[in-house]
Amino acid sequence: MKIGVFICHCGENIGRTVDCARVSKAAGFFPGVVHSVDYKYMCSDPGQNLIKQAIKDFKLDGVVVGSCSPHMHEKTFRKAVADAGVNPFLCEIANLREHVSWVHEDIDVATDKAIDLVRFAVEKVKRNVPLTTIKVPVTKRTLVIGGGISGIQAALDVANAGYEVVLVEKEPSIGGHMSQLSETFPTLDCSQCILTPRMVEVYQHPKIKLLTYSEVEKVEGFIGNFKVTIRKKARYVDDTKCTGCGDCMQKCPIKKKALSEFDEQLTTRSAIYVPFPQAVPNIPVIDTSVCTYFKTGKCSMCKKVCGRDAIFFEQEDQLLTEEIGAIIMATGYKLYSIDKKPEGSEIKGYGEYGYGKYKDVIDGLQFERIASASGPTSGEFQRPSDGKTPKKIVFIQCVGSRDESKGFSYCSKICCMYTAKHAMLYKHKVHDGEAYVFYMDIRSGGKMYEEFVRRAIEEDGVKYIRGRVSRIYEEDGKYIVKGEDTLAGVPITIDADMVVLATAMVAQPDASKLAQTVGIPYDKYGYFVEVHPKLRPVESSSGGIFLAGACHSPRDIPDSVAMASAAAAKAMVLFGSDMLEREPTIALVNENLCAGCFYCKKVCAYNAIEIKQIKDKQGNLIKEVAFVNSGLCQGCGTCNATCPSKSIELIGYTDEQIYAEISALM
Amino acid sequence: MENIKTQDPKIIAFVCNWCTYTGADLAGTSRLKYQPNIRMIKLPCTGRIDPVFIIKAFEKGADGVLVSGCHPGDCHYNAGNFHARRRWMMFHKLLDYMGIDENRLHFSWVSASEGKKFVDVVNAFTNKVKTQGPFEKYAKINKEFVINE
Repeated sequence: MKIGVFICHCGENIGRTVDCARVSKAAGFFPGVVHSVDYKYMCSDPGQNLIKQAIKDFKLDGVVVGSCSPHMHEKTFRKAVADAGVNPFLCEIANLREHVSWVHEDIDVATDKAIDLVRFAVEKVKRNVPLTTIKVPVTKRTLVIGGGISGIQAALDVANAGYEVVLVEKEPSIGGHMSQLSETFPTLDCSQCILTPRMVEVYQHPKIKLLTYSEVEKVEGFIGNFKVTIRKKARYVDDTKCTGCGDCMQKCPIKKKALSEFDEQLTTRSAIYVPFPQAVPNIPVIDTSVCTYFKTGKCSMCKKVCGRDAIFFEQEDQLLTEEIGAIIMATGYKLYSIDKKPEGSEIKGYGEYGYGKYKDVIDGLQFERIASASGPTSGEFQRPSDGKTPKKIVFIQCVGSRDESKGFSYCSKICCMYTAKHAMLYKHKVHDGEAYVFYMDIRSGGKMYEEFVRRAIEEDGVKYIRGRVSRIYEEDGKYIVKGEDTLAGVPITIDADMVVLATAMVAQPDASKLAQTVGIPYDKYGYFVEVHPKLRPVESSSGGIFLAGACHSPRDIPDSVAMASAAAAKAMVLFGSDMLEREPTIALVNENLCAGCFYCKKVCAYNAIEIKQIKDKQGNLIKEVAFVNSGLCQGCGTCNATCPSKSIELIGYTDEQIYAEISALM
Repeated sequence: MENIKTQDPKIIAFVCNWCTYTGADLAGTSRLKYQPNIRMIKLPCTGRIDPVFIIKAFEKGADGVLVSGCHPGDCHYNAGNFHARRRWMMFHKLLDYMGIDENRLHFSWVSASEGKKFVDVVNAFTNKVKTQGPFEKYAKINKEFVINE
């Protein structure tokens, strides 16, 4: 085998800490290497041409590139090698940037390590075999998980392109947090007015199958060929009969017992309910935790008053299976609830602010409900405790955000903007009211965002105080806010009528569990992780699973919508061809060696191992051996490690290759 | 061939492509620094790791072996890391019998978002192996009795 080694400087990224010339010189002496060079930017056009030319000049049939992580440019170099007529799987990458130059400082030590990594890549490539990619058919259907604005946008984009969509929402209605908002920054347009038409569009779209009050239970398969099990929870209402008249809700005797989720616990709702009047679909569900029928079996008022006979107490959860090609995660966020710490959490919380203790200390979403025309006060500013108009409101930013000692180290990104909006909305309605904002920094990056904050300060007279609040307590019907003005360098006390906390955005509490079900990585906060922070921000590392909106990181509506459209575009790229190319690094059985114990079959997570019968000419069974279904095998190699006779091998990661790597490193 | 030999101890790591290798990439992208003794072998999944790889690494002169993959429940291939864990439970009982100090082998979970944890694991393990000193027993056997392949 004639191997060429190409060492990339990556500008200065590798070159600064690794002596690339020394690496390429050393590599030139490795057995099998006939050509070895270094170059400033190997991934650039001239760099790739350098590889292609060398393949021709030196008749290379194996290539090692010492560059950035294979996760970055393996595809680039494999394609370049293929263009020059060498099988792309005869190209290996030595990771000299992420694993060497960026993590070590001493040039000699880093260069030595780089030489080792190149040597082991050379030994590996010697044992690589030419492979061709596997082609599998693509199911052109998309599953969107989450029916907030991100999920709605993604579903509509994909469906409008002509592909079928299954939209799953765990709540009884789609709409998400956006449906709870009053007005949106920086234009102050009504949130419901721009959202509800899109919700209806989803409901009526011929290509969208909407499954509300449903949750994804199981995901099997892989890119282009997922099989998804969805639990459609029992509503106890027959959705084919219900007209959404609302008689059941009016007559339900449990009017004041359940707190409204939609109104953020500020109002009550009946046991049979729709979350809000504009809900889509407008079909109620029964909350069995409060319903008298389900607790004692005695009441069935809703059933009696229903003119359509749609109440169906015996309804059970249904399990549906859907064939899916691409999945878009759009599960959104929750607000960090500072009175109820998640169990086992180390977060210390903000007990000193009295949230949960004082009725008039509320969070951002509760303020949205109070400010909203569809809210408990029909948009009149009245404080929750006594319904009086607050004349002095204190807004506190960064409650839980940017505070590693008590909350999370990240910035929740939207609070600076919505706090400015809250203060502004309040000043527009209560002209003689005073609004104070305690802030750390104002982060208002975005189109017309900074101007919006300036407007709140300069035109609407909102008073911004740079500093933190140490304590809030009640005294004579007022909330005494003790804080510090760090610009003036003085302690400050405000006797407020109401306090609004801009609490941190956090991932959904069950996000990590869902990530495990779907099979995508998540970070320590529970946010889903993208493949590459800059160049592949909407893709998860699992093929065919894309990310949209605040399930990825805190973000506002425009960003979420943009990300949802991007995720939709990625799904459509997948549907652009009928067959999908897959990595050919899958398991292969040596039928002569295989004894037919089928341990491999037991450990395979994909049911990719089948039983093949070997027969003689007369058709008599000689033996049964394992057979790998190449469409199902994902190439994890668990079978390879399990096989007692080593008669099943993972191509590209054979025992021989790994032993060669171990030997080369030592 | 003399390179790694000057940098004691010698540590080989078997890591999965999806979690720990990517976590190590993140350590790089975040410019975190760690000790340079480690040489990583990328596998698709920890489920691919045959305990023989570990013995082979010691035989070829490794002073320590690190195994790292996705956290339980997070496996890219659903269950590969569970198989790896089960094999580890069996294998580590044999270590003493085989004359390998348990401190020379470390099994850990590092996810794709845990660049910092990767650095901590590598540094802690490198220090631990350093206190153990060189491991020559197996390498000697290799030199004396095994005909060089």
